[in-house]
Order: sequence, then C-alpha cells, then structure tokens
Amino acid sequence: MLTPLARLGRAGFTALAHLGQAHILLLAIVRGVPDLLPRPRLLISQLYGIGVLSVLIIVVSGLFVGMVLGLQGYYVLSQFGAEESLGIMVAASLVRELGPVVTALLVAGRAGSALTAEIGLMKATEQLSALEMMAVDPIKRILTPRFFGGFLAMPLLAAMFSAVGVLGGYFIGVGLLGLDAGAYWNQMQAKIDLQEDILNGAIKSLVFGFFVTWIALFQGYSAPPTAESVSRATTRTVVHSALAVLGLDFVLTALMFGG
Amino acid sequence: MRIRDLRFCHGRQVVFDGVDLDIPRGAVTAVLGPSGTGKTTLLKLISGQLRPQSGRVEVDGIDVHRLGRAALYRLRMRMGMLFQSGALLTDLSVFDNVAYPLREHTRLPESMIRKLVLMKLEAVGLRGAREKMPAALSGGMERRVALARAIALDPMMILYDEPFTGQDPISLGVLVALIRQLNDASRLTSVVVSHDVAETLSIADYAYIIADGQVMESGTADRVRASRSEWVRQFLDGLPDGPVHFHAPAPALSQDFLV
Repeated sequence: MLTPLARLGRAGFTALAHLGQAHILLLAIVRGVPDLLPRPRLLISQLYGIGVLSVLIIVVSGLFVGMVLGLQGYYVLSQFGAEESLGIMVAASLVRELGPVVTALLVAGRAGSALTAEIGLMKATEQLSALEMMAVDPIKRILTPRFFGGFLAMPLLAAMFSAVGVLGGYFIGVGLLGLDAGAYWNQMQAKIDLQEDILNGAIKSLVFGFFVTWIALFQGYSAPPTAESVSRATTRTVVHSALAVLGLDFVLTALMFGG
Repeated sequence: MRIRDLRFCHGRQVVFDGVDLDIPRGAVTAVLGPSGTGKTTLLKLISGQLRPQSGRVEVDGIDVHRLGRAALYRLRMRMGMLFQSGALLTDLSVFDNVAYPLREHTRLPESMIRKLVLMKLEAVGLRGAREKMPAALSGGMERRVALARAIALDPMMILYDEPFTGQDPISLGVLVALIRQLNDASRLTSVVVSHDVAETLSIADYAYIIADGQVMESGTADRVRASRSEWVRQFLDGLPDGPVHFHAPAPALSQDFLV
C-alpha cells in the first residue's frame, strides 16, 4: 500500500527539485544579459543556428499546411456557399493558432533537440568545465546567447510560416479551385485585426520560444555526462516542449480569445 | 599549495578521508593512484569546481573554498588545467581556442593576441596546425593545443588530468618532455595526476600515491620509487595480485556453482 504512495511522493519531489533547478538556471541565464550586450556576435550566430537554419523546414511545412487549409476550408465553406471567406479562414487559422503552434513544435524538434545535444555533449566532453577553469562563466557565454537566440527566432519563424501558409492557401483556393483572387485578399485584409490576431499570435510564439528554448537548455545542462543520458535528454526536450506548447496554447487561447 | 585534513564524499562513498598534501612551488608533483581513487576529483577540489565536506585547500596562501565566485575566477586566471579529453571548444579553430582566454580576459589588440597565440603554439610545436579544427587533430595534438591554451595567460600553476592516457609512444614522449620543459622554462608549479607510473615519475620532483581515500606514500620521486610498502610495490610494479586482490569480493566458488 505504502510503496506506490512512496514512489508517487518521490516522483513528486524529484519533479519539484527539477522545476527549482530549471528556475535557478533561468535566473542565471537572464543574469547573463549585461554580458551579452557587448558581444552581439554571440547572439547573431545563435539567431543563425536556430533561426536561419530552420527556415527551410518552416517554409516547406508552412506551404503544405496552408495548402491543406485551402482544400479543407474550401470543402467546409462551400457547404454554406461561403467560399469567398477562404482567405480569412486560412489567415486567421495560421496567424492565431497554426503558425505559432506548428512552428514551435518544429523548432523544438529541429533546433531544441540540437541545443540539448550540443550542451549535453559540451558537458560530457568537459568543454563547460574548461570554460569554468578559464574563469569564463559557461552559462553567460554558452547558454544566454542560445536562450535569446531561440526566444527571438521563434516569432520571426512563425511569421514566415503564416505568410507562406497564406500563399499555400492562395495557390489551392485561387489557383486550383478557381476562387476570385480579389475576394481572397480583400476578406483577409478587412477581417484580420492587427492587435486581435497578429499581435496575439506574436505573443504566443514569444511565449513558446521562451519555454521551448528554456526546456532544451535545461535538459542539456542537467543531463549527466554520458551518451545515454544525453540521448534521453534530447528525447525529453522534444516531448516536454510539445506538451508545454500545446498546454500553453490552450491557456493563451482561453486568455486571448476566450471571451 | 597546501591541503589539510581533506574530506570529500560522493554520496555515501568516502573519496578522501583526512588527506594532507603539500605541493611545493616551482616543482612537478605527481599524484598517482589506481583508477577510481579520486585523482580527478582532487584536481576539481584544488580548482574549486567541487567543495569538500571538510578540510582546507590553500593555493598561494588563499583558501580556495572560502572565495566568492569573482575571487575564485581571479584565482583561476592564475591556474591552468589540462583536461583528460583536451576539452577544446569544438566550434573554434586551434588558433581561436588558444586565443579564447586572451580575448576574454585582456584588452590586447588582435595583432598582439596573434603574436602571443603563435608563441604558445610554437612552444607546443603546433604553430603549423593553427588553422585546423579540433576534429581534425589527433588525441596527442589535441592535448598539446589544450596545453597551449592552458598557458595562454601565463599561469603560476598547471593541473594535468591524466595527460598520458591513450597516447602513442611519440605523443607520449612529446607530452612528457613538454610538461617538464614548460614547468622549468616558465617557472610553473605543476600537478600531474596520472596512473602512468613510469612516465610520470620520470619527470616528477615529488610524488604522492593515493588510494582508498588516504595517502599511501609520499616524498621525492626516488623515495616513492624505492618504497617497500607491499601495496605501493604492487601498484608501481603492476602486479596482478597482492594487497589489492585479483578477485572481487564474492562468496566461495562452490557456493555459487552449486546453487
């Protein structure tokens, strides 16, 4: 009777301890900002690694998601004779939901797992200890630039995803299914609100960027320095990030659009 | 450097139980012992990467474990450490690895940094490999680059963690000669942690043999070499059986086979 309870208690304590460690790490990362400001190159190289190198997967995925939205949206809207509203449907779905969420999931899979593996391997190969021994704080030099690189790259990638998705919907709706191009763009222009839709979507992707990068860095930094542990940490980054993104999306959607 | 009554535990395992060591200035001191006796842990305690349960570690009269982070970093700028794996930063070239501590801690112009880096690389015989990336280096070369990086800031002391492990005879000879030459030419204090008895004692002025959390033998290299302790003889001569048994503790053979 007591054993399962004890296990549950132990799991709870372990989870709490990890949460505490993650917050301490976050604090140390943020404290590295004054050191990052005079070294913008560190941030730029991370924006390149996390952002620019993710562009291809984001553009291809955005295009396909937009095309699927075009097909499915046309099917549903045509039941009510409202095909002309395809543009607004595609754009709103992308800007409010699919852009930030799918981008965050893709970035977690591509860049998040890479960040965890990189930090974990740097630890396993004593590179972080070597920095410590050179009197250089590895959190400030290695983790802080990566954190802000991921945080800032996310909304830019989400914007790219949504823009390409809108084009994908256009190719299907206008190019394939014969909708009027003017109606597609006009409806979108008239109904998509800068604050209600675009700003809220950007806030979502900033929040996702914050959590995905934080999770990836914490998993890498706290992984024991063995090959098996680093591989497990990489998996955990993808799983935890995906769950966090989907859970946070619900909370943010409820707060922003819930009534 | 002075270590007094050092006690350190890893969980329940006692690694050091009241160890006293004196490392004289300007000499090469070897710390020998079988694998798993805590030799690397000792270096981490000396450099303040780990904190002991009790005891004092004094470097140049300063109690390492009473220092705050900033003061510890200032002390580490006067200490170099050669890691077992080399621990070079894998995304930087050989030149940039050696330049790293100079760029971090000095405001020297790039032309001066270039000259200093080339001097350090010349000292380890790798000036010609400055453009290479760490992945393109052999294990021995990697350690020599790491050594050049460790002496970049002209430290007063260098800690060597298993510098000879896994080296071919030529690399081994180069490293053995380099450690001695650098120590004498730059008037350093060197601490070489190793289980390669012959190579280490050939360049050491003083030696300590540690095992089971205790100092088993100490003194000049010649004195340690001539030790009559049964345990020390088994370790120095590499005898398969002796005070350290060939068989791990186990029940009687008949008991295990007749179950």
